[in-house]
Amino acid sequence: MSEKSREFWRWREYRYTMPDMDWHDTKVVTAGVDIGSVGSKAAVMLDGELYSYAAMRTGGESEETAIKVMNWALEETELKTENVPYVVGTGYGRVNVPFAKRTITEIACHARGAHYIYGPTVRTVLDIGGQDCKAIRCDEKGKVMSFLMNDKCAAGTGRGLEVFTDLIRVPIEELGKTSLDVEDEPPPVSNTCVIFAKAESLALLRQGRSKEKVAAAYHLAMVNRIIDLLIKVGIEKDFVVTGGVAKNTGIVSRLERKLGIRPLEPKLDPILAGAVGAALFAKALYEKEIGLR
Amino acid sequence: MITAGVDVGAKYAKIVLLEDAKNILANAKGIVGFDILKSATEVFQKALDNTSLKRDQIVHVVATGMGRKAIHMKPPINAGEIVPEVIADAKGAYHLIPTVKTVIDVGAEEGRGVKVGENGKVRDFVINERCAAGAGTFMETMARALEVGVEEMGPLALKSTKAIPMNAQCCVFAESEVVTLIHSKTSKEDISKAIHDAMAGRIASMVLRVGVEKDVALIGGVAQNPGFLPPLEKELNTEILVPEHPQYVGALGAALLALEMEAK
Amino acid sequence: MQAHYGYKDGSGDYFIIIDTDKCNGCGKCVNACPYGVLELIEDEFDIEDGLMAAVTEEQRKKIKYSCGPCKPVSGERRLPCVLACEPKAIIHSW
Repeated sequence: MSEKSREFWRWREYRYTMPDMDWHDTKVVTAGVDIGSVGSKAAVMLDGELYSYAAMRTGGESEETAIKVMNWALEETELKTENVPYVVGTGYGRVNVPFAKRTITEIACHARGAHYIYGPTVRTVLDIGGQDCKAIRCDEKGKVMSFLMNDKCAAGTGRGLEVFTDLIRVPIEELGKTSLDVEDEPPPVSNTCVIFAKAESLALLRQGRSKEKVAAAYHLAMVNRIIDLLIKVGIEKDFVVTGGVAKNTGIVSRLERKLGIRPLEPKLDPILAGAVGAALFAKALYEKEIGLR
Repeated sequence: MITAGVDVGAKYAKIVLLEDAKNILANAKGIVGFDILKSATEVFQKALDNTSLKRDQIVHVVATGMGRKAIHMKPPINAGEIVPEVIADAKGAYHLIPTVKTVIDVGAEEGRGVKVGENGKVRDFVINERCAAGAGTFMETMARALEVGVEEMGPLALKSTKAIPMNAQCCVFAESEVVTLIHSKTSKEDISKAIHDAMAGRIASMVLRVGVEKDVALIGGVAQNPGFLPPLEKELNTEILVPEHPQYVGALGAALLALEMEAK
Repeated sequence: MQAHYGYKDGSGDYFIIIDTDKCNGCGKCVNACPYGVLELIEDEFDIEDGLMAAVTEEQRKKIKYSCGPCKPVSGERRLPCVLACEPKAIIHSW
């Protein structure tokens, strides 16, 4: 693909199967499918342990994507979707998961999934997804105590960052790193509207500002926006970040610096929090169904 | 007495040269670049050139608009006074339409609703600020997504035969939604109409906060878009008047205020 | 549980906050709202039973606009949803 037509915002899709797990010895196989507006994730768990997963861009048809991502997660496992007795759908497109037994709101799934990925000390979950941003307060069991969903504005979402990848022509996986490659933090872009921030940044680029500084300015603005939302539900340790943007070191490090709280390090890919939480709910529901509880 | 009103908007600077609150001698507009003073000065000069007047023949200059501070007391324009947009809008609209009670001004980056009282004074106002979806920037961004010129958006919408809903409320997400609609073979006419409907809905709910009282006038750059008026009239359930040269009404109001201030 | 529905954008913060511990699922707010902003949904935050009020998914991203007519710039402000709620479970952040 020539440089000109390269899509900098398109993150690499991937799948993975844990090498030393075997579904033959399992009592309960469940799965969670999180259909987000930007990314779709499937997580398969054996007795509540993450076994296999996949993450891909949500296509034009949610239902088609749901089937695709589930098949891809199962690809190297000899398991088929039909073999999974309980699947829970979550996320924006959750009603379009045809093989899901039920759907559960992504808030509850992210809280549960965050506990799995980060541990039982989690009390505050910040999910920065493709098109929305959520702040969740939960208790020691992962039960939701309070939440805030920011649902309309691209600022503070992965989509806002995607706009910037195109502007400064840096692939999305490297955007965070690029933003940290500055000696001093520049002033944040003054707007928290992506459109205006982009126009401002374009002017700065034309005046010779480096792309690292432009990236840094936007990351700062985005973090300020996110913190505004976090304070509304309050922050209690331990604090963690989930969703695709959790992998952006430029955002996470600035969050830590501004809040004075270090977010926990994930043991697994944080983009899976929703799908993993859904798979765990699936396990609880399945066990209830077959009388194991 | 010749006065001038300068409306330094987010995108365009507009100038009106006025004689004795009656004759508009010239109007001119130009894009506002990074150097606001420079851009405004160029447009000011353009207006002067149109009339072969010199700056010292202009007795008083009042500035309004987002960038008004940049030309306040700064040569060569030397605006003596600055006023908020809602005041200039009310004054200008009242001059053109003495029966006006509600003014809707949709510019590049802001939308405003103004209740006008006696003598063109402001009774109430509401501003929809810093969100691109409530202003002209939305229309421009959507035009780019549809790959048409922004001036084609209105005519396209007027040819539409079907109303389709638009879910996205954010300019950035709306852009993606438009791309999806294009992929699903929705006609550009119908997409453009959906865009106009969505924007009119947002502006209307803002105006409802000050209340709608006839006569209602629509001004600002977006008022030049013929596709915007029908859905706005529908949402507010009232006839809406668009004065000639709607983009200059703010500058006109500023020029009128300049005369009032000079007379004191 | 405090559920915040809405958003912050370049022009401000717009959230409807429903206290699900206070909400008794009576649905009076749903009927009181002239613009269909609210609905009753299953409280599925922990697979518990019972209904609770929520902002509809479609409305979550436009409550500034939908709720606009109930919030005049001047004059008395009477939010029908807040007035209809006996346990006082609904608050508007703006």
